[in-house]
Amino acid sequence: MISFTDVTKVYPDGTTAVGGLTLEAPTGQITVFVGPSGCGKTTSLRMINRMIEPTSGVIAIDGRDTGSMNPTELRRGIGYVIQSGGLFPHRTIVENVMTVPLLLGWDKNKARATAMELLERVGLSTSLAKRYPNQLSGGQQQRVGVARALASDPPIMLMDEPFSAVDPIVRDQLQDEFLRLQNELGKTIVFVTHDIDEAVKLGDQVAVLRVGGTLAQLATPDRLLADPYDDFVADFLGRDRGYRGLAFASAPALAIEPETSVRLGATPQEALAAAAGRDWLLVVDDDGAPVGWVEPRKLREPVSRGFLHRGGTVARQGGSLRAALDAALSSPARRGVLVDDAGRLVGTVQARDVLTEIERGPQVSAPAEERIEDTP
Amino acid sequence: MTWFLDHVGQVLTLFLTHIRLAVIPLVIGMVLALPLGWVARRFPLAYPPIITVTGLLYTIPSLALFVLMPLILGTGILSDTNIIVALSLYTVALLTRTVADGLAAVPDQVVQAATAMGIGPLRRFFTVELPLAVPVISAGLRVAAVSNVSIVSVAALLGIAQLGSLFTDGFARQFLDPIVVGIIACLLLAVLLDLLIIALTWVATPWLHGRRAA
Ligand SMILES: Nc1ncnc2c1ncn2[C@@H]1O[C@H](COP(=O)(O)OP(=O)(O)OP(=O)(O)O)[C@@H](O)[C@H]1O
Ligand SMILES: [Mg+2]
Repeated sequence: MISFTDVTKVYPDGTTAVGGLTLEAPTGQITVFVGPSGCGKTTSLRMINRMIEPTSGVIAIDGRDTGSMNPTELRRGIGYVIQSGGLFPHRTIVENVMTVPLLLGWDKNKARATAMELLERVGLSTSLAKRYPNQLSGGQQQRVGVARALASDPPIMLMDEPFSAVDPIVRDQLQDEFLRLQNELGKTIVFVTHDIDEAVKLGDQVAVLRVGGTLAQLATPDRLLADPYDDFVADFLGRDRGYRGLAFASAPALAIEPETSVRLGATPQEALAAAAGRDWLLVVDDDGAPVGWVEPRKLREPVSRGFLHRGGTVARQGGSLRAALDAALSSPARRGVLVDDAGRLVGTVQARDVLTEIERGPQVSAPAEERIEDTP
Repeated sequence: MTWFLDHVGQVLTLFLTHIRLAVIPLVIGMVLALPLGWVARRFPLAYPPIITVTGLLYTIPSLALFVLMPLILGTGILSDTNIIVALSLYTVALLTRTVADGLAAVPDQVVQAATAMGIGPLRRFFTVELPLAVPVISAGLRVAAVSNVSIVSVAALLGIAQLGSLFTDGFARQFLDPIVVGIIACLLLAVLLDLLIIALTWVATPWLHGRRAA
């Protein structure tokens, strides 16, 4: 656990970057610092590993005051990731990842083996190991940055806007992979971002900071969206809060209706019969996974992927209300497709049933893993 | 041409002396400029005085400096030491700013990342900042090398033998051949030094030409 007790930072020019911060970042969880530019996020983060010394107050790790530790040793025990990776341009990818293990005096072969393993773990081909950073894409460099921070398996990771320099699609990917990795590793992470969506997606708890470096609200993402403390937090959270908050409300009791489907390759006659008069018919692949919708009345030849309407999202059974509602709203048939954990069709829900469930009141308990699939 | 063939041995000796007088100060000046440039970069308050003073050094005429050296150092007027010390000063003058600017050009993100990983200042200087400043420093070094080669010749006026002696000789005897040979030899030396620095830089910066590490 990392604890801030009444921590302030006043820069020599008189700027108060952090104005009395008291909070805890629990062990094994992701704590996100979010807030507008200049609110002291980076300063707060860098006071943890003493790249910046607090003006007053105490930062402790598992009860030990960091002020009493040797800064260099402290830093070697804390992974640090920054925007664009901050990779050493003059070192190869694998050398970059080996940096801290070598500083800690590991045997070179062991360091190299660990580095190679980590590269794979963050989704990079080991064939990239001998390249230089400028021979990699932004997203790849960012992955290397994460691998490098993990190299000596530090219990704590500090991340300063690590995903903000890549395009939105890659960012989404990196975030998903990061969450998966954290599920396995269970590090104590402090994550800085100015993107509230990223904060809500990644944080186990989110600390919203105001300019001047004071805490506006510290809460789990669902609490934050459901109950912003004041106007500043509400404004910062932005629009669609209600809808976004549904991502944290699980939907166990939905009225699921069975959905008749046909497989790819079904003839127009089979499709018409299966549809039994309805306008839209769901198509599944050989594994029973939904792939899209067709209109049987317009069908002139066997169903193939080329005919499919793919607008609808797919929600996981037992997932969130947001995913279920989105599935219903995005389906051309207005029937939201639900699948089991293996991705096989379970049935469909209607928007009104989801809304009924929403009106029955918030079951604010975060589902294990929230994702809105984008096919069909 | 026949003059050259008759004096190959002598020209070669002068050539080697010239190399020695130009290159030793280059190395000494480089070594001195590193800490000075580092200080100038590290402490913003130190930058203006250090850069101004080293810059002024370069404006002292070389002949004056050569003549002053024996007075300051207590060496004989014909001693090589005068030349080596004077040229080292010129090299420092040229390279201090280059080193400071080269270090300043190292991306802040990279330095921060190094610090965050627990790489101490000294180690960081030698393993991160200096290697990344090589391209800038190398450009300054090339200028200093050429400048040294040309300034060394001035020392011939004091009677210190090197390629410049071919100019004073030829001039005294109203004889063109040694002058031409001297010019060609100086050019050759400058080009050779330049190529050497370019080659060393290339070897030291594999990441800039997309070579994969072995
Ligand atoms: N070295 C410094 N000297 C003086 N003021 C500084 C220094 N570093 C940061 N500041 C100021 O302190 C405040 C907080 O800066 P900080 O970098 O922590 O903000 P941030 O929340 O990380 O912002 P951003 O989202 O833009 O990265 C800002 O007003 C900034 O201008
Ligand atoms: Mg910042």
